[in-house]
Amino acid sequence: MSAIVTNAPFIGVAALACVGLYIMLAQRNLIKIVMGITIFESAVNLFLVSLGYRNEGIAPIFTNATGTHMVLPVPQALTLTSIVIGVATTALMLTFIVLIYRHTGETDARKSRRVKG
Amino acid sequence: MMSKIVRTITRLVTPAIMVFGLYVIMHGHVTSGGGFQGGAVFASAAALLLVAFGSGRVKDYMRIPDLTAISASGALVFIGAGFAGIATTFFYNLFVGSAIFGHVPEFGPAHEDIWTGGVIPIMNTGVALNVVAGLTAVMVVMAIASNKTRDGE
Amino acid sequence: MVRKVVIGLTMVIVGVMLFTVALMMRPFGEPVSIMDDYIIENTQQVTGANNAVSAVVFDWRGYDTLGEATVLFTAVTAVVMLLRKRKDEASE
Repeated sequence: MSAIVTNAPFIGVAALACVGLYIMLAQRNLIKIVMGITIFESAVNLFLVSLGYRNEGIAPIFTNATGTHMVLPVPQALTLTSIVIGVATTALMLTFIVLIYRHTGETDARKSRRVKG
Repeated sequence: MMSKIVRTITRLVTPAIMVFGLYVIMHGHVTSGGGFQGGAVFASAAALLLVAFGSGRVKDYMRIPDLTAISASGALVFIGAGFAGIATTFFYNLFVGSAIFGHVPEFGPAHEDIWTGGVIPIMNTGVALNVVAGLTAVMVVMAIASNKTRDGE
Repeated sequence: MVRKVVIGLTMVIVGVMLFTVALMMRPFGEPVSIMDDYIIENTQQVTGANNAVSAVVFDWRGYDTLGEATVLFTAVTAVVMLLRKRKDEASE
């Protein structure tokens, strides 16, 4: 029982990932599928940041610090890269949705799958 | 184009957002922040202008060729700072201990000193130019594209 | 109907897997950190910066930042190129 209270961030990651996966599988509108992909990426970023926490640690900055017992700085740097790449991927996906709507006039994922001439 | 209250508050708040974004970019090696974080804060000022005034009025001031030129020069500054220490290795921090940004603090809590860091403030500036121009160009192009589709071209 | 059964089965299997792993992980707050201890000890001497996260992003792991700047630049170029005005559209 105490494992649930101690590992609460990891349970949050699992819940967010399940919600994102359900939206990706069950929705038909293209923009809602992109929203599901964004929620799944948020779950992965939360997992990366919560792997680097030390009990009773302060931020890893030496300016006006109160000690030297700090949290790990490397997972924060990897999460920064992941967030920027998520923004780039979302921008490209939304561009493709604008082009599909201009070409076929549909935003339903099942109707815009036919390859026209 | 939104109502008069939104337009008035936007005119008052946008310089404050830009100054805060520049503060986060410039103090990246002293406190929290850096190139990517400050670039996102600065680009949100451009997003506020696009939403409040409509893309018809704003697109004459944010032209696409100028924005791509700024973005490319920011990437060139970043790569040039990496090639500066090529005598030892790629990405070598050769300004530590020298005259430009060269104070070396000792281990432990320190005072605020903006002249530390070596090559890191130059890389911060290059990345910030890249991010600001890139995000603004994406937003302006998408606003123009969705305008034409809705007016029944 | 088959589609709803398949979606339900996938969600049940994936949900059980994720929640079991979340409860069986290493306790939150006690990471293994040999590399990060070395980085915290030596950042101010080797790089001269007071901010450990900026030093990690731009100095200790600078190749990752180079790749990320390339990905962002490529994505922005692709978006601007795809949504250009064609020559036969009437310009306002």
